[in-house]
Formats: sequence, C-alpha cells, structure tokens
Amino acid sequence: MAKPLDNRAWFLVLPVVALVAFSALIPVMTVVNYSVQDSFGNNEFFWNGTGWFKELLDPSTDLGGRFFDALWRTLLFSALCLLIEVPLGIGVALTLPRKGWGVAASLVLLALPLLIPWNVVGTIWQVFARRDIGLLGAAVNGLGIEYNYAQTPLAAWVTVVAMDVWHWTSLVVLLCYAGLRAIPDAYYQAAKVDGASSWAVFRAIQLPKMQRVLTIAILLRFMDSFMIYTEPFVVTGGGPGNATTFLSIDLVKIALGQFDLGKAAAMSIVYNLIVLTVCWVFFATTTRSQSEAVQ
Amino acid sequence: MARIAFERLAHGYPGSSAYALKPMDMVWEDAGAYALLGPSGCGKTTLLNIVSGLLRPREGRVSFDGRDVTALSTERRNVAQVFQFPVVYDTMTVRENLAFPLRNRGVPAAAVRARVEHVAGLLGLTAMLDRRARNLGADDKQKISLGRGLVRDDVAAILFDEPLTVIDPHLKWELRSRLKELHRQVPVTMIYVTHDQTEALTFADRVVVMSEGEVVQVGTPEALFDRPAHSFVGHFIGSPGMNFLPCAVEGDTAILAGGHKVGLPRAYPQLAGKVELGIRPEFAAVAMDGLPVTVRRVEDLGRRRIARVELDGVPFAATLPEGMAVPAEPRLALDPARLHVYADGRLAEGEG
Repeated sequence: MAKPLDNRAWFLVLPVVALVAFSALIPVMTVVNYSVQDSFGNNEFFWNGTGWFKELLDPSTDLGGRFFDALWRTLLFSALCLLIEVPLGIGVALTLPRKGWGVAASLVLLALPLLIPWNVVGTIWQVFARRDIGLLGAAVNGLGIEYNYAQTPLAAWVTVVAMDVWHWTSLVVLLCYAGLRAIPDAYYQAAKVDGASSWAVFRAIQLPKMQRVLTIAILLRFMDSFMIYTEPFVVTGGGPGNATTFLSIDLVKIALGQFDLGKAAAMSIVYNLIVLTVCWVFFATTTRSQSEAVQ
Repeated sequence: MARIAFERLAHGYPGSSAYALKPMDMVWEDAGAYALLGPSGCGKTTLLNIVSGLLRPREGRVSFDGRDVTALSTERRNVAQVFQFPVVYDTMTVRENLAFPLRNRGVPAAAVRARVEHVAGLLGLTAMLDRRARNLGADDKQKISLGRGLVRDDVAAILFDEPLTVIDPHLKWELRSRLKELHRQVPVTMIYVTHDQTEALTFADRVVVMSEGEVVQVGTPEALFDRPAHSFVGHFIGSPGMNFLPCAVEGDTAILAGGHKVGLPRAYPQLAGKVELGIRPEFAAVAMDGLPVTVRRVEDLGRRRIARVELDGVPFAATLPEGMAVPAEPRLALDPARLHVYADGRLAEGEG
C-alpha cells in the first residue's frame, strides 16, 4: 500500500519557524545587513561592502586599534578569571564536607552569589569598594594602601576581577563538588590500601574523575567572562580612561553612544565568531582527548 | 604473609547498640585460602573491613602474626584489597597502575619494574602493560586490582570483597581458577568474601559461614556439606539446601510429626528446644518403600532430578534416581548414615 503524500504537514512547523525567525533569524540578519552599510542618521543607509570588516581587522586604523585593545583586555580578563576561579573552585570543593548538616549549609551559602542579578552584584561592589564609604575600600585605604578604582587602572582591574571571582567561583565549586561526590568510596579505600598520599589521590583519582565537569566549568566561565558587560559597566563604566573597557562595553559605546550601527554590527559579528571559534576548538580538543582515551 | 587472629572481636555501627558483628574468637592460618560466606547483611564485609583496617572494631583485638594491629591504619597494615567494582586509576597505563603501590612506598625504579613484570606475568597482563587501564574490560580491571596487591611482596593478606560481581559469567570461571592457581604459586593469606557458595567452595580451603553477624561454622567445603553445624549452613550450602523435619528424638529413634519412626545412626541424650531431623536431598531418594510421600513436582537439573515432595504436609526435596519414573505410590528412602539431629538450629552431638 502506497503511503499518502501530503505536503500540508509542513504547515505544522510554521509556528516554530515564525518564532525562530522573530527571535533569532531576523535580528541576526538585521545586524548582518547593518554591517555592510554606513548610516548618517535619519534612517539613511549607504552601501559599504566589507569596508567595516577591513577597518576592524586592521590595528593601524582607529576602529581596528580600538577593537584590538578591547579584545586583549577581554582575553586578559577571561584568563585571569579562569586562572583564579578554577584552582580556587577545585580547592574549595575538596574541602567541603562529604556528609552531615554541613553539606546543605555550605551548598546554600555557595549558591547565594549565583542567585544575585548581575547589576545588583555590580552595585554591591561599586559601594563595597568605594574609598569613602565602602567597607572594603575604606579598610584597604585605612591600612595605608592607596586604592581607588575610579582613578588607578590597577585598582579598577583588581576590583573587577575580585568581583567576578566572588560572583562565579561558586559555580566551579558546585560543579567540582558534584564530580567529586560521584567518585565511589572504593576508590578512596583502594588508594589507602595502595598507600597513596593525598596529593597522589588528587592526581590519580580526583582530578581525572573531575575532568568532565571541569571541561564544562571552564567552557561556561570562559564564555561568561568573555562576554561580561553589566558588572564592570556598573562599577567602573569602562574606566578609568579605557582601562576596563571590554569588548561588550566598547560595542555598546559604538552602537548606542556614537550610533555607528555599521561599525557596531561588524564588530558584534566578529565578536560572536571569536566566542564560537574558541568554544568549538576547546570542546573539540577536550572531547577528542576523552574519546581517544575510551578507545 | 601472616597468621590473622581475632580475640573477642565485635563491632557495632555508631548510633546503634546492636552488634553488626557478634563477639568472636578465630584464627586464620598463614597462607590459607579462606572464604567468608553468607547472605547480604550478615557482617562478612564488616569483618573484612576490620581486617583491612578501613573499620576499627568496637571491641576486641586483631593481630597479624601475634602483633596487635587493631589501632593501625590501612596503609600501615600491609594488606591488599580487591573491591566489588574494579578500581583502576583511569589516566594511568596498566604498568603505572601496577607500579602505583610501590611508587607510593618509595621503592627504587628498577625493583618496581621487575616486580611489575613478574606480577603481570602471573596474571597474564604482560601483553597489555602499556595500554590505558580505563579501556579494559571488567575482568582485566579486576586483575589489575589484584595485581596491585600482589606486586607488594611483603603483603600480609589479600582481601577480596565479592570481586566477581561485575564479571561476565563465562569469565567468572576462568578468573576463579586463575585465582586458585595463583594461591598455589604465591603463598599469601587470601580472604574472599562472597554470597555465592560455588565461589566460596571452589576457592577456599576453609569456609567461614556467617549469618546475622555471627560465625556459624568454619570448615572445609566437605565438612560444611557433610556435617552442617547449624541449620542455617544446611539451608545455605547446597542446592537445594538441607531438608529439616520436625521430630522428637528418643535414644536412637526419631519420631516424625506424622508418627513415623526413623532409625538414627547414633543415640542422643534428652534434647531441649525445637528438635529437627536434617538430611540433604542427595541422600534422600524416591523409592518403592520407605516413608509415604506425595510428589508435587519434579525439577530436571540436567545432571540429576529433584523431586519436590510432601511428607505429612512438610515440603521436602529428594533425589529422583536416574531412569526412574515417579511411582504410583511414592515413598522416601533416607540414608541413615547421613541423618543429623538439630536442637534449636544447632547440630546435636550423638553417641556412638
């Protein structure tokens, strides 16, 4: 018996197509459209081809120089966040209690920073680190250390990185803790029988067993820190000068501050491609090393 | 290599006054192969963990070769343990896995190499020494666990905690016989925890049968079969287990509940408590004369046939001799030499 062919079934996917079109496809294509044009306000657009992209990727131009400066800042920020949060997260996860009431208590405490909205975190730190009324800022200055995040770039960087560590280390801790809890007791008992030191236990059992959750933690923390906007914007506004102007902040400055829609669109496409590429390379290499190991 | 002794050893878990392991005295000879056999929750793993030092007993002493080790940690006891689920160090090769216990103890590299090669040879792991341990099958992983114990030549005892649980049936047999062979080559005390009587009886020289935290019998596989010291051992060892018939005993005669009299091989004194007559299905056969029974069904086990019968309403397993059809008026013939009398579950000693 021949199956009846009925192409009307395609109508069933129409709602999804419409939804995706409005939420993703049309906005993305608008940005792509902007990126090849120049505007002078009044909704007048002129064709510019790949002009913006050429300028953007050439560090000797104004736009390109600005873009690469922001890119290095953002990469440095992500690197610092990962370098501090991952080892710290593993360390804290290793010291958490494995049973008893302490488990629930520490998990709730650790989850608290994760529940706070980004701009609230920014506001908390903006006040906390102020040299006149902030607890941290006043205390540090009281110790005789000159600290003013609104004036010195180093202080601004310390504040922004400390804030990210405060906000997101918990995520790494929780993921690592889940990985550690999944290790059967027999492994620890076997290590005892084999006379392993606690460093050997960490190297031979805990770290390998945490490999998968660490992959996820690093990926999440990279993406989030590379795309960070709200918190540094609230605390430093990208300053002093351009010291903490990360890619996202610069993008908003160009798009909404100067209303250069063409430049901003080209920049956001390149920005997006960088995030995608880094994540893809990272994911591909870690999963390949895992699958090689399974063969 | 060590002789392991327990003195008034007992254990209970925190928050409970009940004994998980009731007070006991026992000695395990050096280089013996022992099996701890019993159902889940009988305390056999508790006892094993006390030997390995993972658990500290609440009462009593454990000694290795006369040296009190009760308070010593696992690392300092010199025992090796193979767990139910294979434990290998994933990121290491088989060679590194086997070398791990020696490296942790600071053994020189040349000696490590020699020991690892030797043990790999014993276990048939030589060909895979440089492969990653995580990619191997469960049986090879268990061999690695075992190898990490054997690689230390000063090891006092190797403990096995149901090591064949996750092994495929057709590999179980191979691994079990390899273990037995290994014990002949390497004279080290081996203690094997299992709930599988086949594993216990084929591996061990002496089987320690446990029930509800108590050691009910220690004996050779033959002794457990021929003279179970406790009705639990009778039930637990053998397939199907021993039959028990409520009775009264007067001298050398047992009077069954239905009034039938059975002659006993020995005379018994006055017995207190619940008295039962015990006999294994292997020594009770369906016959043309004997005690009248009703046959409920016949199970063909391939090698032999078991008749499930009822004797005065008591279920009973008997052998249906080869080539024999179930008779119209089935009767039960008991081998008198194989009859045992139990009072309150314990084997009663007769005279003569």
